[in-house]
Amino acid sequence: MRWTRRLGNLVSGFYLTACYIFILLPVAVLILFSFQDGRLPVPPFHGPTLNWYATAIANDRLMTGLGNSLLVGLSSSALSVILGFLAAYGVSRYEFAGKRLLQGVIILPLAVSYLLVGMGLLVSLSSLGLGPSLAMVVIGHVVINMPLAFAICLAQLGEHQRKIEWAARDLGASTFRVLTLVTMPMIAPALIAAFCLCFTLSWDEFIIAFLVTRFDVTLPIVIWTMLRGGLNPQTNAVGSFIFLCSILLLLVVELLLFRKRRE
Amino acid sequence: MTNHPHLDIAAVRKVYGEVTALDDVSLAVEQGAYVVLLGPSGSGKTTLLSAIGGFIIPTSGRISIAGRDVTTLAPAQRPTTTLFQDYALFPHMSVAGNVGFGLKIRRVGGADCDKRIAAALEMVGLAGYGKRGIHELSGGQRQRVALARALVVEPEILLLDEPLGALDLNLRRQMQDELMDLQRRTGRSFVHVTHDQEEAMALASLIVVMNKGRIEDMGTPKRIYERPATRFTATFMGESTQIAGRISGSQNGIFNVTTAIGHLHAVGDAGDGSEVTLILRPENILVGAAGHVALGTARIREAVFQGAHYRVLASSEAAGQEFVLRLPPDARVEQGMALSLSCQANRLVAVAR
Repeated sequence: MRWTRRLGNLVSGFYLTACYIFILLPVAVLILFSFQDGRLPVPPFHGPTLNWYATAIANDRLMTGLGNSLLVGLSSSALSVILGFLAAYGVSRYEFAGKRLLQGVIILPLAVSYLLVGMGLLVSLSSLGLGPSLAMVVIGHVVINMPLAFAICLAQLGEHQRKIEWAARDLGASTFRVLTLVTMPMIAPALIAAFCLCFTLSWDEFIIAFLVTRFDVTLPIVIWTMLRGGLNPQTNAVGSFIFLCSILLLLVVELLLFRKRRE
Repeated sequence: MTNHPHLDIAAVRKVYGEVTALDDVSLAVEQGAYVVLLGPSGSGKTTLLSAIGGFIIPTSGRISIAGRDVTTLAPAQRPTTTLFQDYALFPHMSVAGNVGFGLKIRRVGGADCDKRIAAALEMVGLAGYGKRGIHELSGGQRQRVALARALVVEPEILLLDEPLGALDLNLRRQMQDELMDLQRRTGRSFVHVTHDQEEAMALASLIVVMNKGRIEDMGTPKRIYERPATRFTATFMGESTQIAGRISGSQNGIFNVTTAIGHLHAVGDAGDGSEVTLILRPENILVGAAGHVALGTARIREAVFQGAHYRVLASSEAAGQEFVLRLPPDARVEQGMALSLSCQANRLVAVAR
């Protein structure tokens, strides 16, 4: 018995290490060669230098892309959280016919591939006579992120919170004041976490952004265009920056959402 | 002042599909009463409280408070506030924020608001706690904050939904005293739901016993305990010896009852010839020939020492009648010992079987 368990531990330990190497090694290499003192981000490593970060910051196309990505990320996340929260409030607090069906429909986009969402958006918008633009990206990102925000909010609006809302009504509050003075502040950590998560997903989303933009493009599209011209430590620098932002936001999510649930 | 009762519940019914949660409940309460709705779970007591608070709209019937019909009003529009079972405090606000919430909604501002918050906190013994967070408080303190929050808006009626259930015994006793004291000082009507008959007796000026969506009995704690109107009430209010019998006549309000252990005299409310159960509280059974009504001889089957007394189960030899009684802690108690039992006539209460 003992040796089988030990063998099991050994195998699962090896498996886990292999997993982490596969996931993290490319990221580590990407970050390492963003400091490469040379023209190619390939071994052997020379440096370190921050030259490529300076080049990236001076690159207008990259900076415009960064600005566009921020704009799309912030607006689509804000919309996703507002719509997701209101939908979750409605579903958790009111009884109506077809409630479960509606809930399913709201969650459904999570199961649809980004390619389909992007293509569908492109087809339906061009039939309306609208061309590709950043606004389309915002819509596309709301479609994929709203279900997530909805699910996070719904998980926080349980019976305990309902009782607390009752108490507010009992003390004379209208629905609007219950929402703004009690419900939203009460689940603020979840709302912020949902926002961060939506932003992270929007921030490095490629397929939808690629399909529905033409001239104003987001950062991932700019990087992809640059990569077509060959490897360059500048793209490593931008990639590292994106990675850092995502990690920071996920840390916020972790702190707000999962820490709280453990309490 | 009008002559309407302060809280008037008239023929209220609440039906959920097949289930009747409240079945034709009527109740009138004067201002300043401490009403306890008492009953087992599923008896409809919480449903009735929710109907008074506006969280449930009755299927039919009418509820008015201080002469105003509130039957279909939302909780926000009613002159009631509720002390919830799990307190339902606002976790993101300070103690003062919680207490001041109702005032903020009513647009009471500035110094007046601060003064009323401070007064409410002092009233519940939490003066100086305003800046603390809810998470820093103990269960008892949270309860007090919830009380202050509900009372600061000066409701006509305070509704209390099993407020003491989550507290330990000592704290529960202490809170009982404080609730009574608060009710007297504020002069407001309290309606309190519980399933604990001791709590009900300690607090109530009026106990309303509920069962299966109906009011079984209502009256002062003393009346309910000593002269229960129904067998359910008698059983729910505490232990008793129950003797089956048939009424064979009456004289000056005293019934003659034929039972398996002989002819007994009883008080109560029953018709001639009807089948009744005689209720006798343990502390009213006397050992020896001290009482007017002889109950025969019984042998001790089981005796448990409970500090202030022995709780004794005994059965009569002839008819197999079970008795539950109390003996003083210094009495000689042995299994199988024979006791000659009796009681006073007005201690036997006849209720419909």
